Amino acid sequence: MQNQKTETPLLETRGLTKIFGSLRACDDIDLAIAPGEIHALLGENGAGKSTLVKMLFGVLDPSGGEILWKGKPVSIGSPGEARATGVGMVFQHFSLFEALTVAENIALALDGNVPIDRISEEARRLSLEYGLPLDPSAHVADLSVGERQRIEIVRALLQNPELIILDEPTSVLTPQEADKLFETLAKLRAEGRSVLYISHRLEEVQRICDRATVLRHGKVTGACDPRQETPSSLARMMVGGEVAEISGAGLGEPGELLIEINKLSAPSRSPFAVALKDIELSVRAGEVVAIAGVAGNGQSELFDVLSGEDQVADAEAIRIRGKAVGRMGITDRRLLGCGFVPEERHGHAAVTEMPLTANLVLSRHSSDRSAFLSGGPLGLINTDAVAKASRRICEVMDVRKSGDDPAAGSLSGGNLQKFIVGRELDRQPVVMVVNQPTWGVDAGAASRIRQALIDLAKSGSAVVVISQDLDEVFEIASRIAVINEGHLSAAEPASTMTRERIGLLMGGFHDGSGHAEAEAAHAH
Amino acid sequence: MRIELKKRENMSSLFSILSPFIALGLTLIAGVILFVSLGKDPVAALYSFFIEPLTEVWSLHELAIKAAPLILIAVGLSVCYRSNNWNIGAEGQFIIGAMAGSILPVVFHGWESPLMLPLMMIFGMIGGALYAAIPAFLKARLNTNEILTSLMLVYIAQLLLDWTVRGPWRNPEGFNFPETRNFADNAVLPRIIETGKTHWGFGFALIAAIVLWFVMRRMLKGFEISVLGQSARAGRFAGFSDKKMVYFAFLVSGALAGLAGISEVSGAIGQLRPVISPGYGFTAIIVAFLGRLNPLGIVAAGLILALTYLGGEAAQISIGITDKVTRLFQGLLLFFVLGCDTLIHYRIRVIFGAAHKGSAA
Amino acid sequence: MDMTQAIILTIMTAATPLLLAAIGELVVERSGVLNLGVEGMMIMGAVAAFAIAQLTGSAGLGALGGLIAGMLFSLLFGFLTLTLVANQVATGLALTILGLGLSGMIGEAFIGLPGLKLAAMEIPFLSDIPFFGRILFNQDPIFYISIIAVIGVNWFLFRSRAGLRLRAIGDSHTSAHALGVNVVRTRYLAVMFGGACAGLAGAHLSIVYTPQWVENMTAGRGWIALALVVFASWRPGRALIGAYLFGAVSIGQLFAQSRGIGIPSQFLSALPYLATIAVLVVISLNRRMTLINTPASLGKSFVPER
Repeated sequence: MQNQKTETPLLETRGLTKIFGSLRACDDIDLAIAPGEIHALLGENGAGKSTLVKMLFGVLDPSGGEILWKGKPVSIGSPGEARATGVGMVFQHFSLFEALTVAENIALALDGNVPIDRISEEARRLSLEYGLPLDPSAHVADLSVGERQRIEIVRALLQNPELIILDEPTSVLTPQEADKLFETLAKLRAEGRSVLYISHRLEEVQRICDRATVLRHGKVTGACDPRQETPSSLARMMVGGEVAEISGAGLGEPGELLIEINKLSAPSRSPFAVALKDIELSVRAGEVVAIAGVAGNGQSELFDVLSGEDQVADAEAIRIRGKAVGRMGITDRRLLGCGFVPEERHGHAAVTEMPLTANLVLSRHSSDRSAFLSGGPLGLINTDAVAKASRRICEVMDVRKSGDDPAAGSLSGGNLQKFIVGRELDRQPVVMVVNQPTWGVDAGAASRIRQALIDLAKSGSAVVVISQDLDEVFEIASRIAVINEGHLSAAEPASTMTRERIGLLMGGFHDGSGHAEAEAAHAH
Repeated sequence: MRIELKKRENMSSLFSILSPFIALGLTLIAGVILFVSLGKDPVAALYSFFIEPLTEVWSLHELAIKAAPLILIAVGLSVCYRSNNWNIGAEGQFIIGAMAGSILPVVFHGWESPLMLPLMMIFGMIGGALYAAIPAFLKARLNTNEILTSLMLVYIAQLLLDWTVRGPWRNPEGFNFPETRNFADNAVLPRIIETGKTHWGFGFALIAAIVLWFVMRRMLKGFEISVLGQSARAGRFAGFSDKKMVYFAFLVSGALAGLAGISEVSGAIGQLRPVISPGYGFTAIIVAFLGRLNPLGIVAAGLILALTYLGGEAAQISIGITDKVTRLFQGLLLFFVLGCDTLIHYRIRVIFGAAHKGSAA
Repeated sequence: MDMTQAIILTIMTAATPLLLAAIGELVVERSGVLNLGVEGMMIMGAVAAFAIAQLTGSAGLGALGGLIAGMLFSLLFGFLTLTLVANQVATGLALTILGLGLSGMIGEAFIGLPGLKLAAMEIPFLSDIPFFGRILFNQDPIFYISIIAVIGVNWFLFRSRAGLRLRAIGDSHTSAHALGVNVVRTRYLAVMFGGACAGLAGAHLSIVYTPQWVENMTAGRGWIALALVVFASWRPGRALIGAYLFGAVSIGQLFAQSRGIGIPSQFLSALPYLATIAVLVVISLNRRMTLINTPASLGKSFVPER
């Protein structure tokens, strides 16, 4: 038991604030981390967690408040100063350099001019010691996501930090890899180091963290021992009132066969892409089929081939509503009644600098030609009709925005995603394919989007959701398949799938056989 | 001291309109400094440069004649730049268009037909478009950098013109001067009004500007051009083809540059010579940016830059400054336009003193 | 000296400015910045070198002046693209247009004047090697600098920590910034190095190659240098090979004319430009290599978040 009154915290913030323009990303935050403690920083997407730790690591300057290290006020003006103070950080979005080797990547995060060979040796030794093996001469571009995270961790450990900050580390790991990580964290705590563990996943936090500070909208809404709390009390601190419960998942009666994928194979289109191998999947009306998997296993490639942005040689490999569409482009597939939501909001699903009305025309100019365009071959854009539809979508999805028709980039992640999903739902698509529907989206928007997808399926459409978020997968799917290195497992009813089983499939095991060698090869 | 930029959430519409004017103002200030350092009276110099050419009617016609190719080329370039296709070879397309359009009057010089002029214009457009198709093909098929390829083709076009005019197309009755024969009357682009020298090239320029403004503003095609320029991936998501757009953009701007070329040769010069352009293809780049890639803005910008050409000639005569000042002004103007454009996308803060650390207000 | 030696000599003289300008731009692009203003910086270097040589009577000071002129001129580009985050492609073009205009104006007073030629520097012992010694080791200083630059830049990029940081910025400026590397300052230094190299390359034209000033005398060499950087896949050793291959192409025209081959002079003059297009096409055919070697953040805007 720790008595916080008598022991000086290792790191403490008092009234720490960061303002961006009119947004108070962090508002008057008090936080205290004791030595030898795993401290959770809880909050949903957009709560201010990343901003807070960027200040602790010297990447951002605070607008107000102070930081104390071992009781004394410090000013951390750069990552170098943070490292010198004793703080190490593992970013959520890795700060890695694809074209360079593991050793070079590590060297860049260290100060001083230690020769690369020494760093190589140290890194190899350290990685083995902490159960995160690495080959210093490998190029980052060739490594899996889990291996890349190891670089980040070893890189931080080489500096001998007293406090290590981990920003959403398990979002890119299989359940088994996450277990490995927790072992490493326990070892660090046993050595007397502290860990600041940022997450929005309550189960993990309750499993490994000693204390938790909860943020919401930039403010601290609670500081507690997570093991003494229930998931719903923690959720309430994170999200405020009740978040609408999702209802009606998996209740629809499967109807006609709308999507048939048969022996779908596609070679990788660039040196860093994943090839798709012999994919089989059928989706019926009324179903939500979720494709789970860790990032980088062919999700985007599969999405692009389903949407029609990329075509395959065999037209019959993909059939939608009975038609062979493998060679059809995205416009023709939309005309068949399909809606698509890609993973990347900015620069793919929407053009950041363009207003919402323009982004509406982006995906619906051909499917809604009669409503939005006039003048025959001239293709004159009917601005009134577009504006009306845009307003309707914003109302239905409760999109919060400034002004009547602002640029897409001015909306928050959650609101823009609501608009993008709503844009497709507005057409009542018979087939809907979504890649990462709620990545980086706040809980309220996420629940609304998920409910909308379930409702769409109930009304008789076939919905495919590709997601890295296992909680989400279990929430909305009637059947679950797992994608790994371009292979897709058989889609099975959600009720028969467990997290452990999905984790094994993510890691490449197919019922205990087959790809075990691949996993072993990766471990070195 | 350092300068900090904060990206605006929405592009500032105020600065979208103001920025070209601020840039012009800064250029004028730079001009004053330049003239003073050359020992000339700045007021007199600015007057002869920018005002004097506007005071006489014949001079206004010269202005329109010079502005015509600038506007025509720049309108085509605006389609290219908006779609992220960096056509730097407009000068070469201008020359090849001029040569293609001159085939009839030079080789078939006896042909008496009302079709002569329309065919010349069409040949000019086809010639320019085909020449622009080369960098387009290389970019679409092989992903070759179009800036370098289109630029190299400029040098090649200039050399081709030089050889043609000194060799196979040299005027047999021309005392061995390096030039083709003069075009017959039915091959000369007529004037728009009887009382002034402005030829129909200026008319083409205005028509092209209005048509392309309409396309960009109201038509799906214009939307396609903007989307592909801002995000090729979003364009693909919309079902647009960025490869087809490469061809479209280059062919349109090549055709317009070619039309500008044959109009200039047929309307203003009356024959082909080794040099038929004082760098219109490059100045048009400045026109395109000053006009903020908007065809109507380009009309105004074209007139302003045409003014700098005339101003340079006028200043040379009245106050004895080299006409090379023109090029300098044009380059400075582009610089200031690009700098001022920052204000449209970002808020600028100048911070004095040490960078604030720790707890600042 | 016989014909072969003369040919080798003229190839070296043609290749040197291309190599210098390419090496400078190579460093700039490795840091993720695309500076299309090489032609503008070169011509400014040429006019500055000529003018200063005339005014001071020393070609050496002229060369130094050319270097400094290129560097100062590149600062304009740096300010616009690194501090004001303007579009790099357009700003590079603006730099070239401005440079051609400004140099034309400055150079007007010097047209037709006989120039000062930079004296050759003889390296003792090495210049006594038969056949090669007299050519390779009895050259103007700028040639030696170009070779040293290749070796130096190669060492810097691949064997020094600072070079590693620069390459990291070129790969991902956001990651580099997150690690505490000063992206903007490093890029400024790279841009200035590129400017100095281009300026010195231009100086070579006006005080070694043909010691006189002619308007637009760079004749597109700056653009060819840009193509060379792509051809070299951003590696200094390959830039050396590329520059010398190009030097050979440019000499082809003199060679053919002296032998009386009946090819129009315009065609021979067009050879370097045709060769540039050919080289670009060849490089583009190997897509995989291009994709892997191109600095990933090349040309992208960067605003440091604080």
